[in-house]
Amino acid sequence: MSTESKHIVSYKTFIIVWALLLFLTAVTVWVAQINLGFLNVVAALAVATTKACIVILFFMHLKYENKLFKISVFMTFLVLALFIGFTFFDVAYR
Amino acid sequence: MSNIHKDYLGSKFGMWLFLFTEILLFGGLFILYSIYLHKYPTEFHLAGKELNVYFGGGNTVALVTSSLFMAMSISAIQKDDKKLAITFLSITLALAFVFLTNKYFEWGAKFHHGIYPDSPALLERPKGEIIFFGLYFVMTGLHGIHVIIGAIIIIYTLFMLKYEKVNKDDFVLLENAGLYWHLVDLIWIYLFPLFYLIL
Repeated sequence: MSTESKHIVSYKTFIIVWALLLFLTAVTVWVAQINLGFLNVVAALAVATTKACIVILFFMHLKYENKLFKISVFMTFLVLALFIGFTFFDVAYR
Repeated sequence: MSNIHKDYLGSKFGMWLFLFTEILLFGGLFILYSIYLHKYPTEFHLAGKELNVYFGGGNTVALVTSSLFMAMSISAIQKDDKKLAITFLSITLALAFVFLTNKYFEWGAKFHHGIYPDSPALLERPKGEIIFFGLYFVMTGLHGIHVIIGAIIIIYTLFMLKYEKVNKDDFVLLENAGLYWHLVDLIWIYLFPLFYLIL
């Protein structure tokens, strides 16, 4: 009678994930101090997206969920990327 | 023990579907942000420098740590350790209040300097900076409302844990509360570099 996801994630795994997220936070703050021009935006978004993936996979248990969850999360971000992509296609070539 | 059938998978999937609408809600605001960043890069840069990285960074650490304890409290209840689950979830709640207190002082300092939506001091500034601070208040404000709602859900879940409505065999409420809380963390992961570290 228990919940489908019987997978118990160990405290140790979560603490490693947490340390990694704090490390990546320090990396973004550090990179922002260096003037790379446009690359600053790219670097900030790349690190943020890495952190987001870690949070979704481990803290939100997506790694241990079935395909239905994985596909629909992927589709949502794909739709968001399409929205942003097409908007920029418009803005950049106006 | 009740023998009422509960659809755990459906319950969790329903929560995810709701989170997708939240992602698209904030996604719209991020589109707005990126277009104005594209249009007013220097103004965004100057205005962003006025935000305090220590407030933003401190709140990042508070939220990430609160997420850690939320995730661990689910592991604890799966191991049938009710006491530890309650302790972990209480720490999450405490960190939510740390976040909100921080935000209170941060916004308070801005108000003190005469910067709030439609304030005379703000309206004298260049258009790009007005837009930057407008987006700052709307996006961190909407995020702050989510933190408050998350804290209320956590308090409710704490009571359910205490009275063993949430237990080793039925903890989907705690899982869904966790999903909501991690989403709040997820959005902050993007808000922090875009507003405080810019660019």
